[in-house]
Amino acid sequence: MTRSAIELKAEAKNLNFYYGPVHALKNINMPIERRKVTALIGPSGCGKTTFLRCFNRMHDLYPHNRYEGEIILYPDKINIISPEIDPIEIRMQISMVFQKPNPFPKSIYENVAYGLRVRGISRKGILDEAVEKSLRGAALWEEVKGRLNSLAVDLSGGQQQRLCIARALATGPRILLFDEPTSALDPTATSKIEELIIELKNEVTIIIVTHNMQQAARVSDYTAFMYLGEIIEFDKTDKIFTAPSNRLTEEYITGRFG
Amino acid sequence: MRIRERIIETGLFFSALSSVFITLGIVIILTYESFGFFKEVAIVEFFTGTTWMPLFAEPKFGILPLVSGTLLTTAIALVVALPLGLISAIYLSEYAPHRLREMIKPVLELLAAVPTVVYGYFALFFLTPFLQNFLPELSGFNAISPGIIMGIMIVPYVSSVSEDAMKAVPMYIREGSYAMGATKFQTAFKVVIPAAFSGIAAAFIMGISRAIGETMVVAIAAGMMPNFTFNPMEPVQTLTSYIVQVSLGDVPHGTIEYRTIFAAGMTLFLMTLFFNIIGFWLRKRIREAY
Repeated sequence: MTRSAIELKAEAKNLNFYYGPVHALKNINMPIERRKVTALIGPSGCGKTTFLRCFNRMHDLYPHNRYEGEIILYPDKINIISPEIDPIEIRMQISMVFQKPNPFPKSIYENVAYGLRVRGISRKGILDEAVEKSLRGAALWEEVKGRLNSLAVDLSGGQQQRLCIARALATGPRILLFDEPTSALDPTATSKIEELIIELKNEVTIIIVTHNMQQAARVSDYTAFMYLGEIIEFDKTDKIFTAPSNRLTEEYITGRFG
Repeated sequence: MRIRERIIETGLFFSALSSVFITLGIVIILTYESFGFFKEVAIVEFFTGTTWMPLFAEPKFGILPLVSGTLLTTAIALVVALPLGLISAIYLSEYAPHRLREMIKPVLELLAAVPTVVYGYFALFFLTPFLQNFLPELSGFNAISPGIIMGIMIVPYVSSVSEDAMKAVPMYIREGSYAMGATKFQTAFKVVIPAAFSGIAAAFIMGISRAIGETMVVAIAAGMMPNFTFNPMEPVQTLTSYIVQVSLGDVPHGTIEYRTIFAAGMTLFLMTLFFNIIGFWLRKRIREAY
């Protein structure tokens, strides 16, 4: 793969990660191209979610976790996982959508405005604009514009997940992380989220963890296949799904293990 | 074997039923005896009168001084217990490292195990003289000192129920907040507390009922003076301490003076019942919060 043609948004360099004594990520090197979708696939326990959660320092929330190596964020070239970098600074720039929709016990409006409020923004004009723009961006505006003040938990599962996407978009993130965003949703809601992901990559760099190989094939430009904490193969998605160069990758995508 | 099972089942059934019967019995006796009381004293006079002198030659049966005494000491207790209890709960649930929490929790719960009579004398012989250093006009018996002590006594109840409610908020909701760049403080106050709101409200209600029903501390340190006032520096009497006072005296059975106990008891019962119903209603809503 030639490096010169692509514009990098982030890059993992010799990344290792430990849950206490457990060595969960082993020497990971991988580029993330700007405004593309990069999918992480692999069997349960392979470390794909662990890898994803390094990007916004979620591991800092729990004790005994340790990072080694670098994840460089471009263009500033800061090391995301450096202990000198405040994880809150990182999370201000890199948003996340979780496996299970997790709206806050607040109104639809306040859910989307949350990220701006925690940054101290409270001017109604700014918030109104950001809420509408993000809800439109998450293809939810038309469905909820008449009831922005009703509780978010009253929405359907698929709507809740799109609300969480709107929440993540509201702060204008540089990278959007998706952790199996459709695993709790029905097929219709799933395809809506997938369309949305394809659309969003025009504005933001996306990394998505998925169990569903069809999903990775449909939405992503690059795919990394992980196994036992290592990247076994990383390439253009077409290449991974049509002509994988590694035997393990081929066995996994053809459903022979995992 | 079948018969043995039946005997066991029946035994368990009646054990469970006993508390229902006891509650019913209390309500029936309270109602019956208060009924006798209200045949002689008008309900309106009872609930609006501002003088409570039931044992005098010319008795006055206005319950308001006892109600004001109860509400005053309860309010003081809550001013202490609710913030302290909530802050302890936030600390224990959101901030304290696991090992520290395991150490603090039993100590905090030990506060609830101290006999209330000890708290009462602590209020009378330690806190009141201490407060008199700053408030020279504070009388030896007063509402503020037992109120504060009751508040401290209630902290573990409030904090332990609030903490349970906050702990029940799923981690993935907190993660959603952290992932948006929120601090621990913002997550605790903007997400966890609203999510645990009904549980925290139930804890507050429990604290209120506990303060209204508390007897020993106010009986010892508040002064047994049915004083219609909301001034915390003055001595007051609560519904509970009045009941103690009359029960310990030699009021003859069946007289109107004797029946005042039940009228006061009934008032007390209605007050705590009111708060418990609110608490019950809030608790039922707890599972719908997230």
